[in-house]
Amino acid sequence: MTDALVLLIVLPIVAAILPVFLGILSDRAGWYVALAMSLAHLGLSTVVANAVVTSGRLSYAVGGFQPPFGIELVADGISAPLLVLISLSTLGVVVYARRAGPHSNAFYSELALLTAGISGVVATADVFNLYVFLEITGLATYALVASGRSPRAAVASLKYLFVGTIGASLYLLGTGYLYIATGTLNMASLSEALAGVGYTPAVLTGFGLMATGLLVKVAVFPLHTWQPGAYAESPDTVSAYISALVSTAAAYGLFRVTYTVFTRDFLETVPIAADAFVLLGSVSIVAGSVLAVMQSDLKRMLAYSSVSQFGLVVTAIGIGNETALIGAVVHLIGHAVMKGGLFLALGVFAASVGARTMDEFKGLAAREPVTSAAFAVLAFSMVGIPPAIGFIGKWNIVVGAVEAGSWSVALVVVVSTLLTLAYFGRVIERMYFTHPDEADVADASVSADGGQPASDVSLGMRTVVVVAAVTAVLLGIAGSDLISIIQPALEVYFV
Amino acid sequence: MIDLLTTHYNYIASILLVGIGLYVVMGSPNLVRKVIGMNIFQVGIFLFFVTTGYVDGGVPPIVGHSEGPIVSPLPHVLILTAIVVGVSLTAVALALIVRIYNGYGSLDEDVIKEVQVDD
Repeated sequence: MTDALVLLIVLPIVAAILPVFLGILSDRAGWYVALAMSLAHLGLSTVVANAVVTSGRLSYAVGGFQPPFGIELVADGISAPLLVLISLSTLGVVVYARRAGPHSNAFYSELALLTAGISGVVATADVFNLYVFLEITGLATYALVASGRSPRAAVASLKYLFVGTIGASLYLLGTGYLYIATGTLNMASLSEALAGVGYTPAVLTGFGLMATGLLVKVAVFPLHTWQPGAYAESPDTVSAYISALVSTAAAYGLFRVTYTVFTRDFLETVPIAADAFVLLGSVSIVAGSVLAVMQSDLKRMLAYSSVSQFGLVVTAIGIGNETALIGAVVHLIGHAVMKGGLFLALGVFAASVGARTMDEFKGLAAREPVTSAAFAVLAFSMVGIPPAIGFIGKWNIVVGAVEAGSWSVALVVVVSTLLTLAYFGRVIERMYFTHPDEADVADASVSADGGQPASDVSLGMRTVVVVAAVTAVLLGIAGSDLISIIQPALEVYFV
Repeated sequence: MIDLLTTHYNYIASILLVGIGLYVVMGSPNLVRKVIGMNIFQVGIFLFFVTTGYVDGGVPPIVGHSEGPIVSPLPHVLILTAIVVGVSLTAVALALIVRIYNGYGSLDEDVIKEVQVDD
């Protein structure tokens, strides 16, 4: 049963090699490999999640070396839902990519490698191993961002590479400090050893470096500079996948490092750490939303929206009571579904009617009704309107903030909801209630007459977008079940 | 102060390398130099790790050759992995730079920005 845990990482790595060789036989081979991989990944993550729900925490010693000396993989109530989320996102993106592209075997290799990296970040219980998986995730993401083939995408990818590498290296330096202070790298034994060593300057430096490195990867304001370019310049399929999972994995890493390695004791003894998270998160919420309102390119708007939403998660990690952390984990899952779905919807709009900017969205609902409806559902879910998943996450974070007595944070979250409504409201108003300019309609009819098929969108692409919207609502309705899976794993930190 | 220099010169060297590397990544407009700066930055961190494994008067941790205190091999193993990661990153970065050069005909960040604005 525990073997499934390690297979979640090994399987995509093996699958990443295959498209390169099978590419000799067929240009389409990569897609079939990726589809088979994502289905098998889904099966494995379901087995893991099932085992976690029935019997609690799973642990696997890699290579038979027992922890704390060997590398340990762990699945619990927090990582298991995320593993299932990774499988489902991969499956959705692979189905979408069949028509939407990029059409190359290398793309599917990179996608599989990214799946392996993210699964590793979520499953590992070793701080150095976390660094390795973060870098695998990073390497695959840089390559995917550049798969758009334009020199612009290459510039965005290189910028991401520089910033991402420096972030990950700072994290590595931080693990070095912890290793010197304690002599171990396993998360569980680190937390015991740290309690014995005390919070010496070396340990504090280690925490600062690790947290900074991870915050760069999460893309919290003002460390987000790589993120809008990377999301906006990559192909739509890639934007959806990385916006759904890459920052999510880093935020999960931040949560693990803060709570499993350093524990709540640390946050209580060194309140400045928690305050820094809350402050950075709050600034990020407001700055991300304001920047999002100012964008006219829809992909950039969604990218800045992610800066804001991850600010919310980091704030919750800083607040640090059980309710807020439940909110953080739920919002991580919810954000992945919603943001991935929104980017995929943008891909459908771009492919069918060529709409990419705010002005081109005028009257879109009439031309692309089903996708528009799905987009609207996902957008309202992101705003936090019940019963969708966005509401459950935000609600728990607000209640957590109130429980902790930080009314200012609760206020920031509520204001952020209004700002989210402001930037999504603008889009939805144009889609449903504004008539397109005469010139635009003329353009569209010309291109339709010109022999060019107006639509290059498959049924699969639209289906994936609709499924994402339905999932966002269903997850919200089943929110209490999701919380009942997460809660036991969180209670460990509150005894 | 002199004491610190003579006993902890290895740490000071690695901090200097990290600083120099960061400065080059941020200060140089040339993309290839940025990659070199990133490498110097990482090497600084690698040296920091390796140097922490050293034990005064320690011998290399080789089976059959180790009498007395041995130096800790674990940081070396970790850094071996990190070096592989660093090499892969350099390879990806250089591949991206080739594509940028083909697209813009320049490796200068400022020139590339101007071309992008003109587009």
